[in-house]
Amino acid sequence: MIATDLLGIEDLERSDIEQILEAAAHMQEIGDRPVKKVPTLRGRTIVNLFFEPSTRTRTSFEIAGKRLSADVVNFSTSSSSLSKAESILDTARTLDAMQPDAVVVRHRVAGVPKRIADVLDAPVINAGDGAHEHPTQALLDLLTVWQEKGRIDGLTVTIIGDIVHSRVARSNIYGFLKMGAEVRVAGPPTMLPVGVQALGVKAFTSMREALDGADVVMALRIQLERLSGSLFPSIREYAETFGISRRTLRYAKDDAIVMHPGPVNRGVELSHDLADHRPSVILDQVRNGVALRMAVLYLLAGRERVAGRTE
Amino acid sequence: MPNRTQPPSATARSAPAPAEHPTGEAAPEAPDSSTVLDDLGIRRALMRIAHELVERNDDLSRLYLVAVPNGGVPLARQLAANLREVADAEVTVGILDTTLYRDDLLARGARPRLRRTEMPSVVDERVVVLVDDVANTGRTIRAAMDALMDFGRPRGVQVVALVDRGHRELPIKIDYVGKNIPTQAGDRVELLGDAGDLEGPLRVVLRPEGEGER
Amino acid sequence: MSRLLIRGGRVLDPASDRDAAGDVLIEDGVIVAVDADIDTRGAEVLDAEGVWIAPGFVDLHTHLREPGQEYKEDIASGGRAAVAGGFTSVACMANTQPVNDDPSVTDFILDRARTDSPARVHPVAAATKGLAGEVMTEMVALVEAGAVAFSDDGKTIMDSGVMRRVLQYSRLVERPVITHAEDRTLVGDGVMNEGPVSTRLGLPGNPAVAETVHVARDIMLAEITGAHLHVAHVSTAGAVELVRAARERGVHVTAEVTPHHLVLTDEATSGYDTNTKMAPPLRSADDVRACRQGVADGTLDAIATDHAPHALHEKEVEFTEAPPGVIGFETALAVVLDLVREGELAPLELIRRLTTDPARILSLTAGTLSVGAPADVVVVDPERRWTYDPSKGYSKSRNSPWNGQELVGRVVASVVGGRMVYHVDRGVLVQ
Ligand SMILES: [Zn+2]
Repeated sequence: MIATDLLGIEDLERSDIEQILEAAAHMQEIGDRPVKKVPTLRGRTIVNLFFEPSTRTRTSFEIAGKRLSADVVNFSTSSSSLSKAESILDTARTLDAMQPDAVVVRHRVAGVPKRIADVLDAPVINAGDGAHEHPTQALLDLLTVWQEKGRIDGLTVTIIGDIVHSRVARSNIYGFLKMGAEVRVAGPPTMLPVGVQALGVKAFTSMREALDGADVVMALRIQLERLSGSLFPSIREYAETFGISRRTLRYAKDDAIVMHPGPVNRGVELSHDLADHRPSVILDQVRNGVALRMAVLYLLAGRERVAGRTE
Repeated sequence: MPNRTQPPSATARSAPAPAEHPTGEAAPEAPDSSTVLDDLGIRRALMRIAHELVERNDDLSRLYLVAVPNGGVPLARQLAANLREVADAEVTVGILDTTLYRDDLLARGARPRLRRTEMPSVVDERVVVLVDDVANTGRTIRAAMDALMDFGRPRGVQVVALVDRGHRELPIKIDYVGKNIPTQAGDRVELLGDAGDLEGPLRVVLRPEGEGER
Repeated sequence: MSRLLIRGGRVLDPASDRDAAGDVLIEDGVIVAVDADIDTRGAEVLDAEGVWIAPGFVDLHTHLREPGQEYKEDIASGGRAAVAGGFTSVACMANTQPVNDDPSVTDFILDRARTDSPARVHPVAAATKGLAGEVMTEMVALVEAGAVAFSDDGKTIMDSGVMRRVLQYSRLVERPVITHAEDRTLVGDGVMNEGPVSTRLGLPGNPAVAETVHVARDIMLAEITGAHLHVAHVSTAGAVELVRAARERGVHVTAEVTPHHLVLTDEATSGYDTNTKMAPPLRSADDVRACRQGVADGTLDAIATDHAPHALHEKEVEFTEAPPGVIGFETALAVVLDLVREGELAPLELIRRLTTDPARILSLTAGTLSVGAPADVVVVDPERRWTYDPSKGYSKSRNSPWNGQELVGRVVASVVGGRMVYHVDRGVLVQ
């Protein structure tokens, strides 16, 4: 099983992913109960350490922790060490002294959860680091596809958008490949990273080719501020060329599903009529996020007790 | 780290007690394990228990058989069939996993595998009959009752165990027992099917302490 | 009269192409004899049996941080670390606070070095005022004060017109202009080499072309001005090739490479250790191979440490926020001996890249064991195994990618002006 931390899908074995998905599938039922809470993590403390604001992910972890009866503490802090006297590692050491049973870390810079995990006793769960990984997002996407399609092996998954800057893309590439799917990425050449093929994917700039025969079409959120970085000339041209609509979906399989990590820029990544209902499964993704994060917390949260104080 | 569902004498041993196998998977059967209840015995016991359920419950429409997986599931199904046969009653069968209610989650390390929960009806005002395979310390039944309360407010709760092996650690009473089997604290008692799963003919085996573990 | 005899070693003197067993005799700070079996009477003897005797190393690219950032390093601590690594002469870059763009700062550095540093210190002055890349500095006055070269190192002169005039004007003093060649607009927010590893790690990439575009520009400007261009810390195969081609057609261009760019690739950043963040960044295996070839064939004249101390708290931050650079004095020799062990470079050639070549670039009377030369000498044990612990080193900073690693090859002793200033068993031997 995943040893101590969940820093990225790259580190996981297929059997680890299967174990998490299976546990998550069981966790889903708890959300349908009159009392949506189990006592499993009673007396344990989970810290949400968010250096970058993200209400959606933080709330999802918070609900997940609370459904397992953990005490969830939100610790939001400014984005950069430069604006404070304290380095990120100092923050981590301070936190560790409070003996949390799990620390959920989000940071705009790749590698920060790893550095924090290096100094922390508690398990660290990466809730998104820069353009590196967002493992729980990919796991909930895998859960959604698995339940939607009954399998992942042999599917064709096309990820469209700013692959360069997307942690969701990287985690999903690793995840779907490990689970036996074929993964394609597509976008304007300025948004396809150097050496992306080394990750095991095929890269496309033609939507027709990228979507041909796809079972899963995953659009990434376009950061509109990237316009100033000259990655693309205009929102209109992006939407026209790489936006998903019923017209472009004709290239994919008839029963293809549409996914998006949210929040959707309507009319940009997805046409208006696609965002809310089938073949879009975006709301299932959100719902599955809580169960998936419950599974991860169930499997990971806990710290070694000091010797002599063990039961 | 000691598994607290085990009696103290077992704490020095590495293998956990059978009903609380950490992965939830059936342990491979040792060649020298002895069957203490065979398929015929199990079917007889379940028929007797069905009669007892009819005797002790005036309103069978209130009954709700809730199986504790994995062993309780085929037993509850058989009990429902028996009730149909002896009293022409249609009794709901549910499955309630107790894993997330256990009191022995390790601080860190491998977590027990979760099992299915399926509660097709509300439990309010129902007489819930928890069905387990082996009654031992009582901790599983305690966990099942806690879980049950999160689904509503039953009118009453009764407990069926195919085998009672003793060594209770909590004040839990088993209302219907298939067979009492005296055991040593370290013995392993488990319900097995033919192929390691719980389909087809069943039997209960007892493995004395220390056997089949090297 | 003081006499020091370094006895019984393998004498490696690139200036005379000597690679033979022998002794070195020093009297009153000057080398008086290099020969087999010199008479030892009356001399203090330093035994070099089985190890190398070479000219003291010359490091033409270091950051000593004084004035202004003495919490990272100062001339005293930097000078000690230098001699502990065998560097008896070091050139220090101008990005101090205040910037060394004025003779008063050059004077200050030289004054401080005379009293504090066991190594000889040669200031590199800024090429433009405040390193702003706009107005050139008073090169004549700076050279008179003791500056040996001009560089905006740490920054890059992006304005091609300014760079052209800096190179033109440098003809007046015949001193090299050292370029830190990174096109800022191509670097963007890049913090590591752009490639498969940066893609995997999700860190912004700094492409190789950011270096090659700039080296190509500067070579063209050196060609039309006839000035001496020195390319600092070459890191890419493309830049090695550009320098090689320019040299062949007679452009006055020299180049250096750091120890880390000769052995580490961008894979070293996989754990997000900020001690693997440099400018220019660690590159691909192909680039490392090309740099090693460049050192072997002499395209890259000098090995320079780019010793760049930063305090622990400055490096314990996000990878993107951490200042680039690593310390290098005390590990340099062990690291570059890898080229000798791999059979890519003869010992004499390695010593040449550490001594004669950098001394020639800066017009220093150093890096030679010629009779009559100042007695700057190192004794090196190329086989000695040791574990590097930067907290036990002489630099004030610890930002090294070799922290805690076992290294092979160590400086046994350093002699500056005939005086032993460092011995591995006794440490630095000045106040
Ligand atoms: Zn530089």
